[in-house]
Amino acid sequence: MPFVNWLKRNLVVIAGLLTLGYLLLPNVIVTVFSFNKPKGRFNYQWQQFSLDAWKDPCGVSDLCGSLSVSLQIAVWATLGATLLGTLIAFALVRYRFRARGAVNSLIFLPMAMPEVVMAASLLTLFLNMGAQLGFWTILIAHIMFCLSFVVTAVKARVMSMDPKLEEAARDLYAGPFQTFVRVTLPIAAPGIAAGALLAFALSFDDFIITNFNAGSTVTFPMFVWGSAQRGTPVQINVIGTTMFVVAVLLVLASMAVGNRRNRQKA
Amino acid sequence: MSTLTEAPPPLAPEAPEPKPPQRRGRWTPYWLLLPGILWLVVFFALPMIYQASTSVQTGSLEEGYKVTWHFATYWDALSAYWPQFVRSVLYAGTATILCLLLGYPLAYLIAFRAGRWRNLIMILVIAPFFTSFLIRTLAWKTILADGGPLVGALDTLHVLDVTDWLGWTAGDRVLATPLAVVCGLTYNFLPFMILPLYTSLERIDGRLHEAAGDLYARPWTTFRKVTFPLSMPGVVSGTLLTFIPAAGDYVNADLLGSTDTRMVGNVIQTQFLRVLDYPTAAALSFILMAAILLMVTLYIRRSGTEDLV
Amino acid sequence: MTNQTDPTGDVRLTGIAKTYGAFTAVHPLDLTVPQGSFFALLGASGCGKTTTLRMIAGLEEPSAGTVSLGGQDVTALPPYKRPVNTVFQSYALFPHLDIFENVAFGLRRRGLRSVKKQVGEMLDLVQLGEQARKKPHQLSGGQQQRVAVARALINHPKVLLLDEPLGALDLKLRRQMQLELKRIQTEVGITFIHVTHDQEEAMTMADTVAVMNAGRVEQLGSPADLYENPNTTFVANFLGTSNFIEAEVDSRSGGEIVLKAGGGKLVLPEARCSAPATAGGKVLVGVRPEKISLTHADDAGEIPEGRNRITGKIADSSFIGVSTQYVVDSPVCADFEVYAQNIDRDPRLVPGAEVVLHWNPAHTFGLDAAQDADAGVEEAA
Repeated sequence: MPFVNWLKRNLVVIAGLLTLGYLLLPNVIVTVFSFNKPKGRFNYQWQQFSLDAWKDPCGVSDLCGSLSVSLQIAVWATLGATLLGTLIAFALVRYRFRARGAVNSLIFLPMAMPEVVMAASLLTLFLNMGAQLGFWTILIAHIMFCLSFVVTAVKARVMSMDPKLEEAARDLYAGPFQTFVRVTLPIAAPGIAAGALLAFALSFDDFIITNFNAGSTVTFPMFVWGSAQRGTPVQINVIGTTMFVVAVLLVLASMAVGNRRNRQKA
Repeated sequence: MSTLTEAPPPLAPEAPEPKPPQRRGRWTPYWLLLPGILWLVVFFALPMIYQASTSVQTGSLEEGYKVTWHFATYWDALSAYWPQFVRSVLYAGTATILCLLLGYPLAYLIAFRAGRWRNLIMILVIAPFFTSFLIRTLAWKTILADGGPLVGALDTLHVLDVTDWLGWTAGDRVLATPLAVVCGLTYNFLPFMILPLYTSLERIDGRLHEAAGDLYARPWTTFRKVTFPLSMPGVVSGTLLTFIPAAGDYVNADLLGSTDTRMVGNVIQTQFLRVLDYPTAAALSFILMAAILLMVTLYIRRSGTEDLV
Repeated sequence: MTNQTDPTGDVRLTGIAKTYGAFTAVHPLDLTVPQGSFFALLGASGCGKTTTLRMIAGLEEPSAGTVSLGGQDVTALPPYKRPVNTVFQSYALFPHLDIFENVAFGLRRRGLRSVKKQVGEMLDLVQLGEQARKKPHQLSGGQQQRVAVARALINHPKVLLLDEPLGALDLKLRRQMQLELKRIQTEVGITFIHVTHDQEEAMTMADTVAVMNAGRVEQLGSPADLYENPNTTFVANFLGTSNFIEAEVDSRSGGEIVLKAGGGKLVLPEARCSAPATAGGKVLVGVRPEKISLTHADDAGEIPEGRNRITGKIADSSFIGVSTQYVVDSPVCADFEVYAQNIDRDPRLVPGAEVVLHWNPAHTFGLDAAQDADAGVEEAA
């Protein structure tokens, strides 16, 4: 029975591809429904093909404003978390100091905490301090929960770095500052970039913590959340599709550049 | 052999770290740590304390709250919302198991069988992250829509009869039932299972499979005795990364569920943002945190994988 | 290239020591490496040789003592202020810079603007002119090694430190690079201090070898001197193979010591005995396997007078081409090793044969019997 044998051998491949389908199905739906022309306020049922939303992606009030708020917060949160996280990662890998265990737990705990707990507790802090909720409270929160992820990413890279490289730099007349700028930083760069990318993605897509601490400021995920109650404009799908396509293209392009560079070297 | 580990001082297990000769160097790590750690202390640790204190306060919005060590709030919160707690653990647990069952084949496929498609599949696993998860969760409303093709097919195949009987669905609806919520949770946290699984599977030397085959292990035995045990670190961190956020999630229960599928996250959110009953909300949040930390600690102890981070 | 006659170019270590907590990596050590010499620190892993090297480079702070270069005390100077450069064990080439920039690194850090000519010349010296724009990982191990040497040499250091620079290369390439390094050293005339665990490498390349063991220098001298006249069993075993016979001093006269071992007598030149040989005292008598001749017991009468001789029985023999290695069981020493050149092979010399081992007394050396006869055997393996 050749077919049964084939099935047996490729069972894991079939199962894996089915899972991949499960992962991608919503993105297909999002894309398809960006060309929909729904009846009524909700875009859940296919009616007819239309390019209306693509022609006017900002046609819904507040949508593009919320997108811009999200982008601004994501950029600043990425910068803040990457800077602070990189410093911590270097301290953890390169130095022996007391309270190392405590620092490690403080880095680990935010990643092991349900978002809603962090969101609620941060809100109690802001309420107790009488802080005005808005852009700044969101930014503070985002830097807080992105920090640990940056530390983890940078730490991995710095740990795999040969300490002999820095010794070699010092042996070749580079002082501490020169060593850091000319050798340490360039070699740690991929880890820092990975951490920054992760921070951006986390910040841009965060809903739960933002929702608690935003006050009347509306980020893009909050806009989507609100629209789920009031009515979902097709433009949401347009933006979702665009983000997906841009992300895939960026990754493919960077891979193509990497491949070509490798081929040139070989 | 080589002198790579030249003169390892037996009392200092780490290789002698060349320290800058100047005395100021002793304080460098603390300066590096200071800003980031301060941030985490003020905006992560301190809030936990505020929350703990809020949970034992009484009062009202108008008159303000005072710490009165009113621990009864915990009891009241638990007795009022225990179904939501149970549901959270149940839904998150089911979603975690489903993620493991669905994610393992895909991680295995990427690690061992994908060949030159490996990078592409990797991208397809990660790329959905870049579309807001709320938009993607809303798409499930379309997929699971009443009378839609999927629900119709499940109905024809009498799957819905079984799930109805189990109490996972109601009538010929999937939307607004536990099944829809679990389906959404599984979908949302699946990548968090796949990535650690893939990382630990990828580290396994392919020759181990050949060695196992050479030693008379059938493929399934090879998997049970070699591959799966070696992927345990990935299984442990994957289940944690799935279970923890799933247990605190309220988005799926809200968008895909009904009032009968509310999880503890929904209660905390409502109490905090709509009812404005801060002590109850803080108590619930504190219980959730304690429960999860307890479960995670026990789980890590049991599975014997201490070095997750 | 540098002023070779500068009399103050010596490296002088005075009482230098390194301890980590309760562990002493290097015991207080005095060492002078003359300007322009090729000096090797030889020892097994963990003997303190790399630590010593790192203290000269400034990468390790000595717990006691001073390092001076050409008369100047540099003990307190950080590595980037010392006129010393290092070739690291795994080369430590900067992965993010190409070969040109790797080599130019030191010059640029010292503020030189135009480095093109110098770097080009240096790359030519190590025969890598074509590879200037490649990244380190695109080069072979041997090429990377040469980049590491070029990157250090271009700075005209007073001393070049080499930390197991050939350890990562395969045997054939290692032999080739040994000659190459020796050529470069002769060409530039800079002092080389070379750390290695490979005794053959140290002997091939260095003018002077210091054998280190457990944080101390066991013996210092030219390769031939160390080999022919070891002062300790560690040196005798670590450099090549030695046979030891425990013997009792019988008498001494005319620059010769006569010893009793088993039933026979052995003669040892006084000058080659590093142990206090008083009559009745014990001495370890050593002889190298290749110095010994093997004669079948039936022909014992043909052995010339005046040679040291002992009897035994061949336990094992292995033919390895240029020579045959015998293991001989003798009453004074089990497992006596003998290497015989394959010139005229006596077909009677097979396991089980009774034989007489004999050698010129001048090839005998005497060591203090208080030490372990097997010291250094494991480490040399």
